[in-house]
Amino acid sequence: MKPVGYFEGESMTRRKVFAVAGQALGGVAGLAIVLPAVGFAVAPIFDQPEEDWQPVGPLDDFVPETYVPRVITIVQGIGEAGKTTVYVRRGSVDLGEDPDSYVAISTRCAHLGCPVRFVQAAGNFICPCHGGVYGFQGEVIGGPPVRPLDRFQTRVTDDLVEIGPRYSVTSQLEPVRARDPGEFTGGVWEYLYPPRPSTAAPPSSS
Amino acid sequence: MPDLQKLLPPPMRRPPKPGHPNGAGNGDAPAALKNGDEPESPVTDNPGKRLTTGVKDAPADLVGWVDERMGATSFLTAMLMRKIPKGTNWFYTLGSATLFAFVVQAITGVFLAMYYTPSPVEAYASITHLTNDVFLGEFVRGMHKWGASVMVILIFVHMARTFFFGAYKYPREINWVIGVVLLILTMTMGFTGYLLPFDQRSYWATIVGVNINGTGPLVGPYLSDFLRAGPEFGATTLQRFYAIHMLLVPGAIIAMIGAHLYLVVKMGTTAPPWLRADRKPKESRSHEVDAIANGDGANGSSGNGAAS
Repeated sequence: MKPVGYFEGESMTRRKVFAVAGQALGGVAGLAIVLPAVGFAVAPIFDQPEEDWQPVGPLDDFVPETYVPRVITIVQGIGEAGKTTVYVRRGSVDLGEDPDSYVAISTRCAHLGCPVRFVQAAGNFICPCHGGVYGFQGEVIGGPPVRPLDRFQTRVTDDLVEIGPRYSVTSQLEPVRARDPGEFTGGVWEYLYPPRPSTAAPPSSS
Repeated sequence: MPDLQKLLPPPMRRPPKPGHPNGAGNGDAPAALKNGDEPESPVTDNPGKRLTTGVKDAPADLVGWVDERMGATSFLTAMLMRKIPKGTNWFYTLGSATLFAFVVQAITGVFLAMYYTPSPVEAYASITHLTNDVFLGEFVRGMHKWGASVMVILIFVHMARTFFFGAYKYPREINWVIGVVLLILTMTMGFTGYLLPFDQRSYWATIVGVNINGTGPLVGPYLSDFLRAGPEFGATTLQRFYAIHMLLVPGAIIAMIGAHLYLVVKMGTTAPPWLRADRKPKESRSHEVDAIANGDGANGSSGNGAAS
């Protein structure tokens, strides 16, 4: 039984051609709507924010022995929600750091992102949420955190200490691209938690 | 029918059947026409009488008019009057209860959206305004807030009923999977809705929640960036959560509920596990079958798939 309109030697009926072409056209039309919409929604993943350097005070404000809290704005225009506290000190010779450098420790806990506090008496950073404890350099000494506290890049401009982009550190305090809390750093974890395009490159060496 | 048909504009009237007056059929003309008499018209010349008869028949006729064009009766009959197995009990209402909880969330959510401002600097103020100043605002927001917990609890009890009654087994596996998708979507609703009041608890709970998302290997970091719209909790994070909470996920939930209910009606419900299959020989059951056939069978459907 030949289909209607069949002629000798054809491999595809006219009806079939139109059916396939119609569905293909519908698919193209669908993708033309869906792909831009999805791209629109996921665009921020690929968007790298501009580097923002904020002065936090003159050089004399900071000493190597303890941290000084300073509030910086990491996101503009959203009020209190865009601010965060950083703990700043001068580099310590005892810890093998350059005395002309400045260390800025993020208060974002490396466990799940709660705000840690530097407790002067203990010389430790302590997180209120799940009991994470960090030593003087931000290294983990207790609780659930998976890596040391993040840091911010620092520089000196016109005798003012300036705070730059965030970066994360490995357990050996080597700088890597900023990771979210809860993500391990170093070794195979650098591949399991791949660096995101939305973060700044880390400083070349600590 | 002296009737609504006459009140309708001509294009909306039901066409006459073939063979009837004014019909296009080839049947014999009615006797009255053949004899040359006036056909007996149900429409009187008395406008008052015409109106009262028309009004009396209007409700039934309106339903009939709509039904003729929608076919809703057969659909509703099949759905609402479907057979259910022996032993159906209150545990079988948990799904409807969950649906009701969802409807409550949808309605209260729509009205909360009239007062809420999804902006990081204004969200908290708009929430306190609608809670403290707007008439019944506290009640509507309370319904939404507590209803969210009620819905989650009901989902789990409904799920437990399905599990312990074995109602997820063949041929209802797909409905179980759809139910799990609905559970996940409801959790997404809870997660995104929690941020919206934008107080300290909302903010930090969301920070923690997004970071837990981020701990998934390979895709986790990108998922976090997607949720926050960037590497930090930013200017559009709240709007993003709001859009997911009130547009994206509810649409998906409604679609999934539609599929869920379709399969419930299509597959029928299961009998409770404590009812055994009737193992009596066929002959001894014949009188029961007769009783059912005589319209006597209030309990008369079999165990599985009665309505399929």
